[in-house]
Amino acid sequence: MNTYLSDSKAYAAVCSARFRTLLQYRAAAFAGFGTQLFWALIYIMIFEAFYRSSPATQPMTYPEVVTYIWLCQAFLVILPFNADPDIRAMVRSGNVVYELLRPANLYFFWYSRAIAQRTAPGVFRALPILIIALVFFEMDLPPDFLAAGAWFISMIFAVLISAALTNLLNISLLWTLSGEGISVLLAASAGLLSGLTIPLVFFPDWSQAFIAFLPYRYVMDIPFRFYLGHLSADQIWNHLPFQIGHLVALIAAGRLILNRGIRRLVAQGG
Amino acid sequence: MPHIIVENLIKTFHIAQRQPGVWGALRGVIHRNYREIAALDGISFAIEPGELVGYIGPNGAGKSTTVKVLSGILVPDAGHCEILGRVPWKERIAHVARIGVVFGQRTQLWWDLPVIESFDLLRDIYRVDPRQYGQTRDELIALLALEDLLDIPVRQLSLGQRTRCDLAAALIHRPAILFLDEPTIGLDAVAKLAVRDFIKRLNREQNITVILTTHDMDDIEALCTRVMVIAQGQILSDGTLEALRDRVTKERRLIVDLEGTEDIADPDAHVILRDGHRVHLAFDPDRIPPAELIARITAHHPVRDLFVENAPIEEIISRLYAENR
Repeated sequence: MNTYLSDSKAYAAVCSARFRTLLQYRAAAFAGFGTQLFWALIYIMIFEAFYRSSPATQPMTYPEVVTYIWLCQAFLVILPFNADPDIRAMVRSGNVVYELLRPANLYFFWYSRAIAQRTAPGVFRALPILIIALVFFEMDLPPDFLAAGAWFISMIFAVLISAALTNLLNISLLWTLSGEGISVLLAASAGLLSGLTIPLVFFPDWSQAFIAFLPYRYVMDIPFRFYLGHLSADQIWNHLPFQIGHLVALIAAGRLILNRGIRRLVAQGG
Repeated sequence: MPHIIVENLIKTFHIAQRQPGVWGALRGVIHRNYREIAALDGISFAIEPGELVGYIGPNGAGKSTTVKVLSGILVPDAGHCEILGRVPWKERIAHVARIGVVFGQRTQLWWDLPVIESFDLLRDIYRVDPRQYGQTRDELIALLALEDLLDIPVRQLSLGQRTRCDLAAALIHRPAILFLDEPTIGLDAVAKLAVRDFIKRLNREQNITVILTTHDMDDIEALCTRVMVIAQGQILSDGTLEALRDRVTKERRLIVDLEGTEDIADPDAHVILRDGHRVHLAFDPDRIPPAELIARITAHHPVRDLFVENAPIEEIISRLYAENR
């Protein structure tokens, strides 16, 4: 473990370089901003119709749902829905073997990039969307500082867990080359199972155990419910062990699979 | 103590063979035939510190495979390899921290970042001491004339500019050994000369061990004191360029510019090429000393100019390849 800590500066440098590169895509940021604004408004309209037509008590109040939807759209890029395009290009061209020439652990090398990928594109989207939603579209702030704190902590884990899932996608490229199939599958399931499509509390009871078992809810649903106060802040102590557990398990699995992938790569030569 | 020791390295690739047609493709799902290709078939050599070794061979001879094994990317099936006291594929991370690698036409720079930021990033990845980094970087920038390129994103550089930057990038961490895989491929004449000049200085002034693979025989003639020739996974020849020349052919060329366009007939030399006033003659210096041949020809023909040269290295190499086919 010691060696990884001493390497942290290298990984931080890789993450920051990738972050700066991704910030250059300003057109994508503007387009994303417009799209997410549009989607949020559509979702809100659907839920408004739903709440007006159903007299039953729902697991979340209408104002909570509105804020939840805005959070989903503002932090959309956190979802692990695609692999790193640079790594895909390297795998296709064969340049990926030269990644092994770096004196660094390849898993954490790519993991640092994944963290940048799941955060940088959000910089120019999240803030403007949140401001507009708070001022004009009935989004609420967290009820108190404790809720905000619990949200903040679980957001950090959301990024870390999502980056680990993204890195699994990266690693899968060593087998699939293009990664299109897995990307489409994972994007759909990630959206559904993280709460992007519908807040997870609206899912039928029989599916709740299954959803709770998967890491996806920690990418969106759990942090956002902390934000709303839907989960009380002291619940963070119940969730923290699971967040850490998922993170450790995903990283361990990723490293194991990557080592196999490297052996495969090395066996094929080129 | 040699920097690089390689003993009896063997690496075989298994390549799935596909049969033609739809029926072949279907059969391939159930049963596949594998063809074995011996990329390395028992290679041995040792390289001392500060040597500049040319490593040449036809396409598919095993050059890149060797470089990949030496740089820790590829694990051989059998054999022993020790570089700076380490087995590359067993201690990959410690090993790659001490070597530099440049692959022609590929780049290890970050495509979207300005060159100088790639250098800074490499400093952090290799954990180079900041003071030493400043010194090395400035030296490399001066030697390779990179001053004006530093703020340009790598994707906007020409191939020649990028190769120079890649050379610098491979040396930021002051490696003891440098692997160059076709560093001059695709470069124009000026860029080639600049790259060669730099490699020569680097080897001479800093005593870096260099292994250079190339198809450009001018690279070899300009740079290498020692040449290893590999074909079909085996080393055919290992020694100085002169020794290689002597082994394959002693033939020399006499090139004569005549006043007229008449034929030259001489019992000890044969004409290999005629081009207007210019005649290319091949002869064996053991059979007839060059001075005697020149005297005989100038006595019979009015001569404007003449010079003697060695058989081109390309020809020697291709004869060596052909002999061992």
